[in-house]
This record gives sequence, C-alpha cells and structure tokens, in this order.
Amino acid sequence: MAKPRLATGHFTGCFGCHMSFLDIDERILELVELVDFDKSPINDKKRFDQPVDIGIVEGGVSNDENAEILRDFRKNCKILIAMGSCAITGGVPALRNTMPLKECLEEAFLNGPTIGEGDGLIPNDPDLPVLLDKVYPCQEFVKIDYILPGCPPSADTLWAALTALLSGEEPSLPYELVKYD
Amino acid sequence: MSAQNDTPETSGETVKLLIDGVEIPAREGQTILEAAADAGIYVPRLCYREGLPPGGHCRICTVKVNGRPTSACTFPASEGLVLENNTDELNTMRRQVVEMLFVEGNHVCPSCEASGDCELQALGYRLGMIAPQYPYQNTTRELDASHPDVMLDRNRCVLCGRCARASRELDGKSVFGFEGRGIGKRIAVNASHGLAGTDIDAADEAVAACPTGCLLVKRQANLIPVGKRTYDKTPIGTDVEA
Repeated sequence: MAKPRLATGHFTGCFGCHMSFLDIDERILELVELVDFDKSPINDKKRFDQPVDIGIVEGGVSNDENAEILRDFRKNCKILIAMGSCAITGGVPALRNTMPLKECLEEAFLNGPTIGEGDGLIPNDPDLPVLLDKVYPCQEFVKIDYILPGCPPSADTLWAALTALLSGEEPSLPYELVKYD
Repeated sequence: MSAQNDTPETSGETVKLLIDGVEIPAREGQTILEAAADAGIYVPRLCYREGLPPGGHCRICTVKVNGRPTSACTFPASEGLVLENNTDELNTMRRQVVEMLFVEGNHVCPSCEASGDCELQALGYRLGMIAPQYPYQNTTRELDASHPDVMLDRNRCVLCGRCARASRELDGKSVFGFEGRGIGKRIAVNASHGLAGTDIDAADEAVAACPTGCLLVKRQANLIPVGKRTYDKTPIGTDVEA
C-alpha cells in the first residue's frame, strides 16, 4: 500500500512553524518512513499533481496569491491542518488590521524615516501579489479540519497530532501542548 | 464598609447545597462561588477576584440554580439549592464567552507580556478553546503609555472592572471607571490627560488585579521563562481544587 502523502504550505508568517516542524529532530527519519512528502517548502515541490492525504499550512492570508494557494490546498488535501498563530488568528502580520492598508503602504514606502524626500515609490509591478485589505486567518477562507495552536506549536505538539492522524486516531493534545503563544 | 455594599449578607448559619449531585456545606448568604471554592470545587470565573466585591459582569461563572442560569459570584447560598456547574452545556457556554472576548479585543498572545500568566488565556486552555470560532473584529482601542511605570493597553481589556473595584476598595484611589455602553464601553481613567495624571502606583492592587495584559508594570516583562509561568503546566483553578 502506498504511504500517505503529506504537503506543507507557507503563507504570511515567519516560517517559524516550519522550523518547529524540523525541530522534531531525528523523528524526521521516522516520518519519512510514515509518509511521502508532496508539495512543500522542505522539498521545494511547487505544484499539486495528485491527491494528498494531509496538508499543513502556516501563516495568514494577506494577499491574492496566499488565497489562491490556500484554496489549492483545500482542493487537493483530504485533511487540512492550520498550524500556528498566524494561520489561526493572522498573528503578528495582522497587527496591520487596525489601520487602513493605504496608510501602511505609505508609511513603509513613502513616508518612512529611511526614505529620502521624493525617493519613495509604492511597488506596483504586475508580478507582485496584490495585498488584501486585512490579514485573514485561514479558517475565514476555507474549511479547516484541525487547528494546532502555538507561536510556533512545539515540535511535540506537531508530532503528537501528525502521528495520531497517520494512525487513524483523533488527535488529542495534553494540557502542556496546547498554547496560544 | 463600602466593600460589603454589593456583597450579600452572611447570616453564618450552615446550609446544604447540591452541586453536580454532590452535597456541600455553605454559610447562608455566602456566594455560591465562594461556597463551592471552600468545598474544593472550581467554578470558572474571570471578573471575580478574591478580596473584591463581586462584579457579575463577565458571566463566565454562570451556573444553573434550580435550573436557571445565574452568576455564581453574586448568588447567595441558601438551604437546598440544586446547582449545575461542571456540565458540557455550561462549559461550552463559558468557552463561547471566552472566544467572544478573544475576537472582540486584540489579544496578541504571542507578543503579550502577560502570556502564560493571563487568566483569559488560561480559561481558554481550561475550557478547551483551540482557536476562537468567531470572526475577529479588529477593533481600534486606545493605548495609554503616559505613566512612567504603568501601561494601559485597552486592546487587551476584557471589561472585567477588577482594576476599578481594586482601586476604589483597596487602594482608595478610584483611578479607573467604565464609560460608554455596549460595544463602545471602555475602561476610563480619572484624569484629563491619561494615566500619568492619576496617582496610580505600580504596586497598587488595581494593577495586580488585571487578569490580562491590559494593565502592565513597565520594565517587568518576560522575566519568567516559558515553562515556569503560572499556567504553563497547571490549569487555572487547580489551586481551588487542591
């Protein structure tokens, strides 16, 4: 029987959840026995080309590219997991949600203290993703099956949830492994 | 004493209550919440703080008294009351209230100085909140960093009023109060130019009474490492149940 396929994705965040994922240390050898990696920053596979059993996404949705790839994950993954504060709440990038996007762009590219008089330019290359008005949690875009809180979730949290799912059980995390920070 | 104005009179006579099918003794007039705590039973609470008159604001401590939902922090014990406390229905309701508080304010646990010692967060953990199920409101709340030693960040305020009660009853200063109604309700300070205009002190009970990171003592953040903070290993309420 073919091994279950695992994809991971990254949106607007710091990649810390993926770092925490790598923090499972030598258990990653056990993991490659349990799953085949599909689309993921870990193997740099860019596109889905077959159904995937478990998808894990990190980061909030701040632009049209994030939204498109998140919908792609939903379409291709039987189980979709949101990991970390940014995916669940928008996290630190969502600090911009309390002010208008225009003000953020003007502060960053026109009026910031390191920008010389008249040197500023708001990037508008057509290849750049278009920013959304706010940074949204993943569950406000697509249905999320499981949520792993933490900033980042600890390696033990990720391992406990993943191994439970891979053995067909409902993940149940002990008190110490559920943290919002 | 003004502290007792809001507190039911205690006759001191012993009565019996039935809480989740277990009979416990109580002093007549003592609040249900306190009677339960004396018997080692934890009723989840947020705006209640030992030593302060009860507020009855937050509804986290809602129990059913003879079938009717009531706040345990304000309801006086009397002979033969039948109470429900630790039930799926009530804990779900309590979790939903916590979730609403999370999405109504801007509670940034990953970067909050109170994280790990925060009662709102700890209630989320205890009541099984993985993430709020409601959409974030992204409200704009005012920050007051004018005082040299104490910061007031309304983004993290849950309107429990503990600071107001502690300041009035224990510090004798009345630094805080509510203003506005409904979604526009906010904690106000008793000075025209912010916290710096009040006589609040970092050692005041009002500051210690804040359950979240709304009132913070400056230059005291992150002194305790992750893993050793109040609620890192043990759920809130464990001390009551001990």
